Amino acid sequence: MKFTLKVWRQNNAQDAGRFETYSLSDVENDMSFLEMMDVLNQQLIKEKKDPVAFDHDCREGICGMCSMVINGHPHGHVKATTTCQLHMRSFKDGDTIVIEPWRAKAFPVIKDLAVDRSAFDNIIQAGGYVSVNTGSAPDANAVPVPQDLAEKAMDAAECIGCGACVAACKNSSAMLFLSAKVSHLALLPQGKPEHKKRVISMVKAHDEAGFGSCTNTGACEAYCPKGISITNIARLNREYLTAALASEEAV
Amino acid sequence: MSNPIAANPYSLKWLGHFFGSSVGRKLIMSLTGLFLCLFLLVHMSGNLQLLKGDGGRAFNEYAYFMTHFAPIKIVSYVTYFLILLHAIDGIALALKNRQARPSKYAVNPTGATWASRNMTILGIVILLFLVVHLKNFWFAYKFGTMPMVTYDGKEYKDLYSIVKEAFSQWWYVAFYLISLVALCFHLLHGFQSAFRTLGLEHKKYTPIISIIGWVFSIGVILGFALQPVAMFLGL
Repeated sequence: MKFTLKVWRQNNAQDAGRFETYSLSDVENDMSFLEMMDVLNQQLIKEKKDPVAFDHDCREGICGMCSMVINGHPHGHVKATTTCQLHMRSFKDGDTIVIEPWRAKAFPVIKDLAVDRSAFDNIIQAGGYVSVNTGSAPDANAVPVPQDLAEKAMDAAECIGCGACVAACKNSSAMLFLSAKVSHLALLPQGKPEHKKRVISMVKAHDEAGFGSCTNTGACEAYCPKGISITNIARLNREYLTAALASEEAV
Repeated sequence: MSNPIAANPYSLKWLGHFFGSSVGRKLIMSLTGLFLCLFLLVHMSGNLQLLKGDGGRAFNEYAYFMTHFAPIKIVSYVTYFLILLHAIDGIALALKNRQARPSKYAVNPTGATWASRNMTILGIVILLFLVVHLKNFWFAYKFGTMPMVTYDGKEYKDLYSIVKEAFSQWWYVAFYLISLVALCFHLLHGFQSAFRTLGLEHKKYTPIISIIGWVFSIGVILGFALQPVAMFLGL
């Protein structure tokens, strides 16, 4: 397969950045998108040019490192798929593909397509944990958890923190990420004791990082590679409003 | 001895922190929006009296009642304030949200309905409509020189004749209808979004809210469109 790639090149966060166009031939249709990028970089290295920087780690769709907006689609046009699990057979031979980084003030570009997602770490550090040692696996029925809550918590816990929700949102809001992390702990008995304090400090960290606010468009849900539902955002709002207004927890 | 951390009340600063948070500001948009939905319903019902075919008597008496009955007057001042709050907070939030993405995409992600992505521009169309609408009817009624009519020996301002005059011009009716379409799309997203912001999402009730949202958005707009169209066509 042959492709024309328009790739965003940017030296660092201060650089204005620009698109550069590359032609690529000999791409096999069972290559993943990242393997196609490897072929491009091999070609650039042979031409003694600077290879394109992009994030990747597991290439199995579970680490959340890959981050590319492909033709206006975070992680590409295939539903519930990370960039690394997107295959070239889902493109047409001869296509022009526009590749951009996640664009958000809170995610400054490190180089080219790699962005700094430390803002997510700050949100997690603000409360995305339980403060007691959980020890080794407890007796199965020591703490009863209803099946439906366990399922909802597991669905929320599927979030891999890639940031596609921020990339997709017209407001660059990280509410889907935030709500998944808040939900996954708030739904379970182990997360309950700290749920008020947690939601208040995590929302604060979200706002301080420079993410926008949610307008319930649903673009995040449409592009989430793990299919996290915006039901979690409603739960986050409920958690925050009750914690801030109906409890004595400091705001 | 009680622990001071547990016992001392907070200073009022927490209110600022709450309403300054992204969820707190959404709460303002949600509650003002839902109140304005209620206002639309009342306004639309009042307008239906234009179609009574009694030469405007019911409508003029209604306009008199709405501007002279004290509790309604208080509610109307609350409404003016909430319209401004909804508009100003909405525009301020939109500007803040724009700043969250300084470098724009070459190809924009979509993945959401057109209405949900264009709430600000739809809101601005509605705000412009309100300025023209209030100037022609509300300002004229309150501060302008109005033609008068007498029913049972009592003088009333003849708002009906002003409305009739306005709705005899095609461009005014067209402007009205375009604004109503903008309002319809604004409501289609806004109504259900307001409930989501309040955290009210539920497997049993969300489908009901969604149906009410559709019926309300389209029903209110049809109710408002009825008078300009009927009066323009001379029905």
